[in-house]
Amino acid sequence: MEYREGVLVKPYERLDLEQVKLLDEASLAILADPGFWCHNERVADFFRKHGANVREETEKGRSVWRVQSPAGLIREAVSQAPTSFVLGARDPANRLLLDAEVPRVYFGSGSETNVWIETEMEEFISKKEPSRVVKIPAFQELRGSADLLCRAAHICEHLEHLDFFIRPVNVQDPGINADNHDANKFFASLNNITKHVQAGLTNLDRLDDVLRMAEIIAGGAEALRENPIISFIACVFKSPLQLVADTADKVFAIVEKGLPIVISSSPQGGSSAPIQEAGMVAQINAEILAGITLTQLIRPGAPVLYGSVPVRARMDDLHDYYGCPEFNQYNIDCAQLARYYKIPCYSTAGVADAKVPGMQATFEKLLTHLYMAMSGAQYIHYAFGLMDRTGSFCPVQAVIDNEHIGKIKHCLREPKLSDTDVADALQTVKKVMASSSRLYTRHVRKAIRSGVVSQPYLFESNHEKEDRVLEKALAALNDLEMKPARHLDLSLVDRIYHEVPGILPGLKQHG
Amino acid sequence: MKNELLEKIMFNIIQGRMEAEDEGVDEGLDGQPAVTELIQEAIAKDLDPQQIITECLTPAMDEVGKKFEQGEYLIPDMLAAAECVGTAMEIMGPSLLKAGIQSKGKMVLATVAGDLHDIGKNIVAIMLKGAGYEVIDLGTDVSRERIITEVKNSGAGYLGLSALLTTTMRQMESVIKGLADEGLGNSVKVMIGGAPTSKEFAEQIGADAYCEDAFEAVTRLNALTA
Repeated sequence: MEYREGVLVKPYERLDLEQVKLLDEASLAILADPGFWCHNERVADFFRKHGANVREETEKGRSVWRVQSPAGLIREAVSQAPTSFVLGARDPANRLLLDAEVPRVYFGSGSETNVWIETEMEEFISKKEPSRVVKIPAFQELRGSADLLCRAAHICEHLEHLDFFIRPVNVQDPGINADNHDANKFFASLNNITKHVQAGLTNLDRLDDVLRMAEIIAGGAEALRENPIISFIACVFKSPLQLVADTADKVFAIVEKGLPIVISSSPQGGSSAPIQEAGMVAQINAEILAGITLTQLIRPGAPVLYGSVPVRARMDDLHDYYGCPEFNQYNIDCAQLARYYKIPCYSTAGVADAKVPGMQATFEKLLTHLYMAMSGAQYIHYAFGLMDRTGSFCPVQAVIDNEHIGKIKHCLREPKLSDTDVADALQTVKKVMASSSRLYTRHVRKAIRSGVVSQPYLFESNHEKEDRVLEKALAALNDLEMKPARHLDLSLVDRIYHEVPGILPGLKQHG
Repeated sequence: MKNELLEKIMFNIIQGRMEAEDEGVDEGLDGQPAVTELIQEAIAKDLDPQQIITECLTPAMDEVGKKFEQGEYLIPDMLAAAECVGTAMEIMGPSLLKAGIQSKGKMVLATVAGDLHDIGKNIVAIMLKGAGYEVIDLGTDVSRERIITEVKNSGAGYLGLSALLTTTMRQMESVIKGLADEGLGNSVKVMIGGAPTSKEFAEQIGADAYCEDAFEAVTRLNALTA
């Protein structure tokens, strides 16, 4: 079967097995006492039927169920989650093979920002040397729209190292409402990208619309289950330890429909979770385990990703803080726990706290891109173009991130060290030492052409004494946007418009 | 129609294949005769060496140069092709002598005393040979006395000096003075290169040309021999 190559890494691990087990036991202890606060009666009943201690309480005038689960219940359910499964794609070559026991890393976008940052280079004249003109980027904020989402999907289709698509910009057009939000966001994505598309579900009532659209594209209900071109993200826990009512209903529906789902949690160390590594990871792991347990109680063997997005708070304003060492520590621990449970890991990297591209953004992004790739987490989202702590999406930054991720993938490739490789090397050494120049240059040519040798940084300056990364990346973005889109066949578009209500007429033009 | 053997030689120079076991750029060439074997065949068949140079070696290098300028070829490809031409010229040496065909010029090349670095110098040697020059490479850590003796004995009109260290670059000045003392100051043109050197340094020590890289070395020497 065809699937994207990703990069197969040798995982870097912070924790030894004893520490992993310690965190696992701590999470199970949390789920036993105090347990979690469940705002969904159906979930509470489910857990009760399977042996949890559930009692109804009243909180601020509303019913809430305290669910205290025995370790055996969680362990048994989690063990039923599949170790490997496929996330499909319009183009079969773009499918992803997720296997918890194989540290093959994929990078993708995310996540639903409201602001698109457009970049333009402006010329400035030096006051000191009027003959000296430099180009400086100017940034403009645009409100997220369906057109911009189409552009984002088109750009991401052509980003070589982007393996899957989570919409990086929200649709906020006039005419978009809770009833047609899902149809429009999925259509704008699927009509412009042939890679796997994943999103949260806005309105449970519209799930059938989304599934109908996906079935038309995949070639029917059975074909969609075999090649799930879409999947869903459910942040079923609001940290700390509170299961959200409507998201839980979505989990029921999606799992019952047989499509893959991410059970994601995103506590903030220092506010909604302990800031110390042990407490943060024990809590987020408890939340994710409870969510995964729910999926397996609904349908044993349901394809689920262990979705960990632990962040830490800044101490000056209590906002999320992505580009910091603790982010990597939390996230690497979670990747190890997911591996321990043999569930593919949806992880996080590449968010800049910086508001615009530049040196700060590069530092923050690379710090997490590299470490999280090394962790061996299978599915790393947020990795392209996200700025301002996930507040905005900047396409030129996505182009830069693509280059950096390409270099990281290259760096982490498996060593090429077979007996044949060594024998070839020894023969080459003998040949070169017998030559008059003693240069290896003629022997690197095959390696260069086969991609064994990496290429220079795409946006490097030639000989100028100035940094032109943004200018060059912007030119690359413009070239990339000139490439043709891989739209759906018009006949499929017509069927979708006919059978799925509420898609904006303007989006059809993109077909 | 061009001789089929010349076509093959030209193709293999562009592929940078010196010997039959070399891979080249395209797939599936391993084991097929390369420049060494083909030139030997050409000599055995009494092909005119001048024809080999003008119809084969020169246009092959022109083609490689174009591919480099267009970004299709990288420096290793350029060097591999130049090495092939250098090898072809060496194999054809006796035939060229017999036919009275002279090289474009003769250069003595050396890394100066106290300095063991030779990557740049070796690349220059390959490129110059590939461009049709005769190169007498003295190697590294070569004393001033030996350089001057070799220049005198060989009758070379050109001297290339290389240094990578700030501590050894001054040796170049000493060699140039030595040439002047021997009365060779006007008859031998000196080109220098190496990381710590510069155009200004070349002027300061009385060198005839500074070369930033191997490509410039070929260009400068072409200008000096014109």
